[in-house]
Amino acid sequence: MALPTETGARTLFNANRLLVLILGLPVLAGMAGIALPAFGYLPALGESRFTLDHFAELARQPHILRSTLTGLAAGLATTSISVAIVGTFLAGFAGTPAFSRIQHLVSPLLAVPHAAVAFALAFLIAPSGLLPRLVSPELTGFARPPQWLVPNDPLALSMIAGLVAKEIPFLFLVALAALPQLPLRQSRQLTAALGHGHVSGFFVTLWPALYRQIRLAVFAVLVYSVSVVDVAIILGPQLPATLPVRIALWTADHELSARFLASAAALLQLAVVAVAIASWFLIERFGKIALTRVIASGRRIRNDTPLRLASAIAMAASAVLIFLGLAALGLWSIAGLWPFPNSFPTHFTPQTWVRSLPQLGPPLRTTLALAISAASLALLVAIMLLNRNGTAGGGGKAIAYKSLYLPLLLPEISFIFGLQILIVAAGFKPVFPTVLAAHFLFVLPYVLLSLSSPWRALDPRFERIAAGFGKSPLRILITVRLPMLLRACLTAFAVGFSVSVSLYLPTLLIGAGRLTTIATESVALASGGDRRVIGVYALVQALLPFLAFLVASLGPQLLFRNRRAMRT
Amino acid sequence: MIGWAGKIAAALLLACGIAGGAVAANPGNWDKVVAEAKGQTVYFNAWGGSENINAYIRWAGEEMKARYGVSVVHVKLDDTAKAVATVVAEKSAGKDDGGSVDLIWINGENFAAMKRQNLLFGPDWATRLPNWRYVDFETSPTVLTDFTIPTEGLESPWGGAKLVFFYDSARTAASALPDSAVELLTWAKANPERFSYPQPPDFIGSSFLKQVLIELTVDRGKLQKPVDEESFAADAAPLFAYLDRLKPLLWRHGKAFPQNYPDMKQKLADGELDIIFAFNPAEASSAIANGELPETVRSFVFSGGTLGNTHFLAIPYNATAKAGALLFANFLLSPEAQLRKQDPKVWGDPTVLSLDKLPAGDRSAFEGLDLGVATLKPTELGPALDEPHPSWMTHIEAAWIRRYGAAN
Repeated sequence: MALPTETGARTLFNANRLLVLILGLPVLAGMAGIALPAFGYLPALGESRFTLDHFAELARQPHILRSTLTGLAAGLATTSISVAIVGTFLAGFAGTPAFSRIQHLVSPLLAVPHAAVAFALAFLIAPSGLLPRLVSPELTGFARPPQWLVPNDPLALSMIAGLVAKEIPFLFLVALAALPQLPLRQSRQLTAALGHGHVSGFFVTLWPALYRQIRLAVFAVLVYSVSVVDVAIILGPQLPATLPVRIALWTADHELSARFLASAAALLQLAVVAVAIASWFLIERFGKIALTRVIASGRRIRNDTPLRLASAIAMAASAVLIFLGLAALGLWSIAGLWPFPNSFPTHFTPQTWVRSLPQLGPPLRTTLALAISAASLALLVAIMLLNRNGTAGGGGKAIAYKSLYLPLLLPEISFIFGLQILIVAAGFKPVFPTVLAAHFLFVLPYVLLSLSSPWRALDPRFERIAAGFGKSPLRILITVRLPMLLRACLTAFAVGFSVSVSLYLPTLLIGAGRLTTIATESVALASGGDRRVIGVYALVQALLPFLAFLVASLGPQLLFRNRRAMRT
Repeated sequence: MIGWAGKIAAALLLACGIAGGAVAANPGNWDKVVAEAKGQTVYFNAWGGSENINAYIRWAGEEMKARYGVSVVHVKLDDTAKAVATVVAEKSAGKDDGGSVDLIWINGENFAAMKRQNLLFGPDWATRLPNWRYVDFETSPTVLTDFTIPTEGLESPWGGAKLVFFYDSARTAASALPDSAVELLTWAKANPERFSYPQPPDFIGSSFLKQVLIELTVDRGKLQKPVDEESFAADAAPLFAYLDRLKPLLWRHGKAFPQNYPDMKQKLADGELDIIFAFNPAEASSAIANGELPETVRSFVFSGGTLGNTHFLAIPYNATAKAGALLFANFLLSPEAQLRKQDPKVWGDPTVLSLDKLPAGDRSAFEGLDLGVATLKPTELGPALDEPHPSWMTHIEAAWIRRYGAAN
């Protein structure tokens, strides 16, 4: 591959700079939009004097410490458990037939939005949910729902379960993309010869390299689960709720002065995220030391069957639970009266679908238009950026480039209100392009994240050969690299598509509620608590990204009907 | 995208305050309002959590389009305060006209906040709407004061509300039902874990706390005035003593609370709760019609009275389509729209109009409405208790969270 010329490098650098400016500016302005009110400055409410009172008020809020710690602990637990399950499963099964079976089971889950997963789980495990109904009263003797504190348990266990079920497929697919770059077969042979089992062999040889590849995704999971709002509302503890949920409540408080409190709390949330990241650095350090010790001690675990089995069961269970939950949602959407403890509704009626379907049209169109344009735009920009920064060796060293991941690492709730003020101040109408820009902000990092590993993984020799034939860099990109990465590009598009489909707060606040999407409709309807309507909307919301992923996996098959080697 | 960034920079400079321009709509000259409204789009910010309410708003919007050429867009919210937040954000940004919210479905606390912050369109427009002449403001004082705060014509009444309890007659005998908050406590002792209330600051949950507060307060006049900080602890002591005794008897022993009233409705159907309540007397009838509740569900009230209030429509000070909003508010106040709204098959929300003031044809249409098997007749609804001053709720919600905000 031709080395970039001096001038070329400089333009690229500037292109990066410009993008960072365009993406970073709204984020930073959004941060200013919360930082100023947190210190008492919000002229619209008649306050323009700087003060620390709002932090004192925040400290006086009842149970604020517990809210903060529950969210932090739940986020760290979610991340550790997800990484442990995915890591052990990869270690135990990569390259085996069972691996591809579970891979097919788990992959579609990436498409299901978080809120739909949370609803599905809640419908399943609540005392009046499907699972107790299936075994009551025959096995349990419950003629009426038992008084279990599930979901919404104070230790946030149901919330952690819901988040883990959703984060497993994400981490798994990111790891899957990185896996081809590792010498899996050779390492297996070597470690087996040395007497290692699958798991310990993988961990002493391949894990450090794999973890480096998925590290950013792990941090995204960490930040997301520490600052999640919708899943926490559905599954999380209520007394007290986690900090992000309380921020959302304060933001929506009829007492407008609560906005100052919400801003101060949003800064606290930012600190919580920082603490979570710092804790994870410690966990990483600890893990590294432990791994070094194990390697140095020469200990090998030959019989790791129970461990492998446990990880496979955990992977499969997370998928089965969600599919069962979605089935329960589907059942509810056509249920007539369905009293406890009946396992099935007394009768079925298409009424909810008949009433909802005509209403689905306009929000569905908006959702598709937003998701398709945001994902395409993000894919285009990601290809541009990766083409400049993403090849092996070049490795995206520029800090500016890495800061594109900033929206991924900032708690959404912390800056969206500030961003809203900025956009209004800038005189933008809450119309399609503005909302699209906000979506792009959130979609790009995910697209970049899912495309960068396969991009780096492509053997550079293909392009060198093409260059040897005298093709220009642009032609090489279009005729060699992109076709070979078609599946990866389509997958990245599908990821971006599903991120856009599930965006609620940015769509509502930046669009001033003018652009209704399936996400805004379903959250509004969920506030009405009607399981039938929730069922309809959650299914539609889950179906959309699922279709995108279907296209991503079928696309190469169709396009390369007559080129067998390209169909992978 | 470069243009986008440039536009931000340029607009930031421009945004430093060019206000004024739009001519305020004047309800005194109604013909002009109608003319001005034609072709406008009214962004109506209203809770979107109920399919039948959404369908009603859709119908009203279609009528507006057909009759006046006004487009109505229902901006569906999960919480009214989001609309308030939008207006605040716009005011923060100096956007004093051309705002994105034209009409809000509002309740007392949001109204009090917006009024205090001067975020409402005024002066008095509501009493100058043509259909105001039918409004029952003589016998229904909540039409002129929203949670003790005088509306001063800054919001137009849209519907009545009354706290009503529901139970399943297949599980609970009518003779066993409580007739006051105190009896409810006795009932909860006999039927542990079968009653609860949504967690404040949910509107219905807070209303339950207000109901108990009013019943247990000897000097009720005090509740009509702002909270006296000095005596608040003593004033609220009976309420919290009551709640302390109720807590271990609640659903899940008070370690979790229902989300809101539709959630309670689901829990009544699931058999998790035996007594629930809502602010709409026809709620049970329409839920039965929708297959959400069994046909054996019935309603009841306390003979000593339950909370009653009115919900309203307000126009933000910076609304774009003020004329269209006025015209739409007037349409929603018309006998035709109010009749449809009170029909339990549509919504079941009680009218704010006085039947005595209506033309004979409209009156008999109202009287002929089939309110549904589970709905009490207006004469059976019992006296309405006045809402306390909003400051009581703010204080009680804060004290509630301090006391019960952690599960153990």
